Amino acid sequence: MSMRTGRPARTGQYLALLAYLVFLAFPFLWLVSTAFKPPRELGSLHPSWIPDEPTLANFRQAFGEQPLLRAAGNSLLVALCAAAVAVLVATPAAYVAARHRGRLAKAATGWAVISQAFPFVLLIIPLFLILKNLRLVDTLTGLVLVYVVWSLPFALWMLIGYVRAVPSEIEEAAAVDGAGRVRTLVSVTAPLLAPGVAATATFAFVTAWNEFFFALVLLKTTEKQTLPVVLTRFLGAEGVADLGPLAAAAFLATIPSLVIFAVIQKRITGGMLAGAVKH
Amino acid sequence: MTSATVTERSGRASPTPRPGARRPGADHGTWFLVLPALIPILVLSVGPLLYGIALSLTDAQFGRTRATRWTGTLNFQDLLHDTLFWESFRIGLLWAAGVTVPQFVLALGLALLLNQNLRLRWAARALAIVPWAMPEVVVGIMWRLVYHPDAGVLNETIRDLGLGDGRDWLSGLATALPAVIVVGIWSGLPQTTVVLLAGLQNTPQELHEAAALDGAGAWRRFRTVTWPALRPVALAVTALQLIWNFNSFALVYVLTSGGPGGRTRLPMLFAYEEAFRYGQFGYAAAMGCVMVAVISVMLSLYLVGRLRGGAPR
Repeated sequence: MSMRTGRPARTGQYLALLAYLVFLAFPFLWLVSTAFKPPRELGSLHPSWIPDEPTLANFRQAFGEQPLLRAAGNSLLVALCAAAVAVLVATPAAYVAARHRGRLAKAATGWAVISQAFPFVLLIIPLFLILKNLRLVDTLTGLVLVYVVWSLPFALWMLIGYVRAVPSEIEEAAAVDGAGRVRTLVSVTAPLLAPGVAATATFAFVTAWNEFFFALVLLKTTEKQTLPVVLTRFLGAEGVADLGPLAAAAFLATIPSLVIFAVIQKRITGGMLAGAVKH
Repeated sequence: MTSATVTERSGRASPTPRPGARRPGADHGTWFLVLPALIPILVLSVGPLLYGIALSLTDAQFGRTRATRWTGTLNFQDLLHDTLFWESFRIGLLWAAGVTVPQFVLALGLALLLNQNLRLRWAARALAIVPWAMPEVVVGIMWRLVYHPDAGVLNETIRDLGLGDGRDWLSGLATALPAVIVVGIWSGLPQTTVVLLAGLQNTPQELHEAAALDGAGAWRRFRTVTWPALRPVALAVTALQLIWNFNSFALVYVLTSGGPGGRTRLPMLFAYEEAFRYGQFGYAAAMGCVMVAVISVMLSLYLVGRLRGGAPR
């Protein structure tokens, strides 16, 4: 920005930015603060930002009271499977859709938009009945299936963009050099496409890791429930003393998505892609 | 999710098809590549949607032994007189607009700030990840801690400032919906900001400089240069947020479960209870259909807006 801005305007901008920072940060800081507070401090009428006597007791209690680890294991398993299957299934289709511009790509992107508009309730009732017939209700397999389908339109949408960012001239050049179709795909296209595939898989993973509604409806057995569902069982008529473990568990559940997002944020926001396409 | 818009837009940004490019028709190999994606979508997405619409015309109930019968439009007639549903629908629209509009204004402000050459930009970018990456359930739990009448930071701040004793925000009849809306704004702010920022960075810089040389003030530059370029992106992101918010479930489920006295019972919460607490599958499906109808109207507004905004750059 080469625009010159006056000093008072600059100050105003910094104040505004500071206000945004506070608004974005304070709930999370409070969560962390609550997670490290002993029950006595939680019960006091004047809770402070920084715990007087920080403790890990809440974390120990959180693991003791609810099967958090098992739930995290379930979440991890479901999210990994869903992401892997979604990418395996979507990448070839996205390749075809991107290289043969036309009806297929349009249909894929169209469906991606339309599927965003479904209220899940209209989807979950029939899905519940279908999965029940297949004896997949209350199984992690059923949930993986639902997550794959749920993330597919979006994965296709992302991947089509990434495939288009790989210039087809490169493939044509390889073909001219005598490389076969498969050889071209494996040794030329795949490496260029890999970062995009990774980004799509990560996104599918985070989506599945965070998902709550389908898991709530489909999983009834405690041992099979995923992390978000188990977390809501901390809720209810919680006394002040239970807030600590609740905060601790919620904090832990955020860490995986947070780390992943921090790593791939740039790619997800599409900046890299836009650049790749333009030049 | 919103990055889809960005990705798709940049996808379109690639050069137009080269005249000499090979365009083989759909041979067997092609179908082999497409089917693994197509079959699950048809079986578990398109199919269930049609099935769901069909269910809305039946008296399907969960766990009933008697066969399900077609009842025509009976569910919809019942729905028409179901004041509780329409109340929930009204709350849903209030919530969707109440979240989307302020969120857009705040996000535009933040995007404009981030587009400036300010220090601390990195901090805002880093912080913006937090609401985005968090599971909705955790966002809900976190804000319950903020709003907690005794141990919450909001009431504590109010007490510190000598503004009274604070209140129980999430169970007060008057405060529950506004309190929940604030959470909705917070959680969607980063996505909207990132999309708008991407849009801003696509506005032609030369025009900006020319306008500044002509002596146009900041507001005029925004109105004549920035906004026209940003409009299609703004329309798209607002429409998508409206739809997502209207369909949202987890956040409010965790915060209030629809209480107090139904003041925050969004249509999704209502339909969920109808289907999985009372087992009224047919009736809940009819509710879903009505929601789809409303959303389609929103979606068509979005498409019309996009078409009118011209082809995305």
